[in-house]
Amino acid sequence: MMEKMIFGRYIPGDSFVHKLDPRSKLVFVFAFIIVVFLANNVMTYAFLIVFTLLVIFMSRIRLYFLLNGLKPIIFLLVFTFLIHIFFTREGDILFELGFFKIYEEGLRQGVFISIRFLVLVLMTSILTLTTSPISITDGIEVLLNPLKKLKLPVHELALMMSIALRFIPTLMDETDKIMKAQMARGSDLSAGPMKERIKAVVPLLVPLFVSAFKRAEDLATAMEVRGYRGGEGRTRYRQLEWHWQDTISLILLVAMTILLVLYRS
Amino acid sequence: MTEILSFQNVSFSYTPDQPDKRKAVQNVSFSVNEGEWIAIVGHNGSGKSTMVKLVSGLLFPQEGEVRVMRNVLTEENLWETRSNIGMVFQNPDNQFVGATVQDDVAFALENSGVPYEEMVERVHTSLSQVKMDKFLNHEPHHLSGGQKQRVAIAGAIAMKPKLLILDEATSMLDPQGRDEVLKTVRELRKEIGLTVLSITHDVEEALFADRILFMNDGKKYAEGTPSEIFALGDKLIEFGLELPFAMRMTKLFQLKGVQLAGQHMTEEELVNDLWTSNFNK
Repeated sequence: MMEKMIFGRYIPGDSFVHKLDPRSKLVFVFAFIIVVFLANNVMTYAFLIVFTLLVIFMSRIRLYFLLNGLKPIIFLLVFTFLIHIFFTREGDILFELGFFKIYEEGLRQGVFISIRFLVLVLMTSILTLTTSPISITDGIEVLLNPLKKLKLPVHELALMMSIALRFIPTLMDETDKIMKAQMARGSDLSAGPMKERIKAVVPLLVPLFVSAFKRAEDLATAMEVRGYRGGEGRTRYRQLEWHWQDTISLILLVAMTILLVLYRS
Repeated sequence: MTEILSFQNVSFSYTPDQPDKRKAVQNVSFSVNEGEWIAIVGHNGSGKSTMVKLVSGLLFPQEGEVRVMRNVLTEENLWETRSNIGMVFQNPDNQFVGATVQDDVAFALENSGVPYEEMVERVHTSLSQVKMDKFLNHEPHHLSGGQKQRVAIAGAIAMKPKLLILDEATSMLDPQGRDEVLKTVRELRKEIGLTVLSITHDVEEALFADRILFMNDGKKYAEGTPSEIFALGDKLIEFGLELPFAMRMTKLFQLKGVQLAGQHMTEEELVNDLWTSNFNK
């Protein structure tokens, strides 16, 4: 299950998309999410698909790998499609069986919304697949920097996020260890009715929380001794560099937006 | 000799409102000079960890003074003092802040506002000093305990500290990792003349020290060179410490009636005595 999920995973590489600055990628994806809603006819949706395929091609991620990873969301996709088919009642009737009718508009909407959904998931997956979590954090920190004026603790949020990311594997190992320890004492996590299984998770979570708090305390001490005093007067070791490629990718997006505006009905 | 650190009649209690309770640290005085390696040994609850907290300004003594670089440690000069002290803690995982090795080494540098170019240079130098320069972009969960501790040492020496404190830094490592870390510290001392204060209950680690401070129940029980301290023999065992391996072997030999010259601190000394012991008959 975990191996198949690609959403939120990072695959190192050195493609055009990999090398982009996280800031431009974040801006790109957020702008794209808005731009997608401009599409409203066959032509514009075709543009969206071609554009997405182009980005996938440039990221050098194998299409098969990407689609394979989308399996967990197929259910959602089909569900939205069916909802539209059943509940939109406009246009000509295409198919009729007793009280069950499929309307032209329903089919159209169903297909469009599914494409919209698919394109959005693909784009965000490409973002996380080609950008390491820590770079995303850096990008978010820099992009949110103006909000510091509004007293938003941007640096603290970014640091919290990067520490959380850094401790995920550590806590996973810990969970594994505790699970084995509890199994050795006869706790059964994999069988039995749902209620029993949920109960069996409690002796897993309690030690995990206790150790997480202990770790947090140790980490806080270590950080304090190493001179951490908040974001004030701090320099950055991770530098972000804006290249011409970043500008080009944003120009591409603008061009795409103009096309959509021109051809939408 | 320049004095790096000193305790002057320092006492500290976690429960100052209950004066009848035993204090965690009672009237301890000692000093560390530049270039020395001092080890503080003692069993659990002997006040070792409290002493570390007093040095790093996490706690302040109720009586007496802690001086770092001849300045009395106070709330005001706390941050300046901390930049002069590098610390390595017990748990290798819980002190790794950065996402990768180089980020972690840079953490303290970032905190003190070192400019980017200098930061890159210092990170690379200190990582090559602990021989971890090939692991720049490794994430912590792909490193062994010994490697993580070496990264922690690199992070400490990147700040060019006057004093490196090892707070039970080897106690959670396997023997191999422990040797790795101790070897690194010994080499660093040769290279950059680092002053080291190590808190440990591992007697083999204490053997490397120039001087040992033996703590018991919050009091300084004895202070001296390793041979002086381990000459206390049974006293150490009584207070819950082990003797070095070579000394235990000597004891067992003597029980078996083998005639040996005396106390041996290292295995080498023991071996030398063993193979010459027949000549002395």
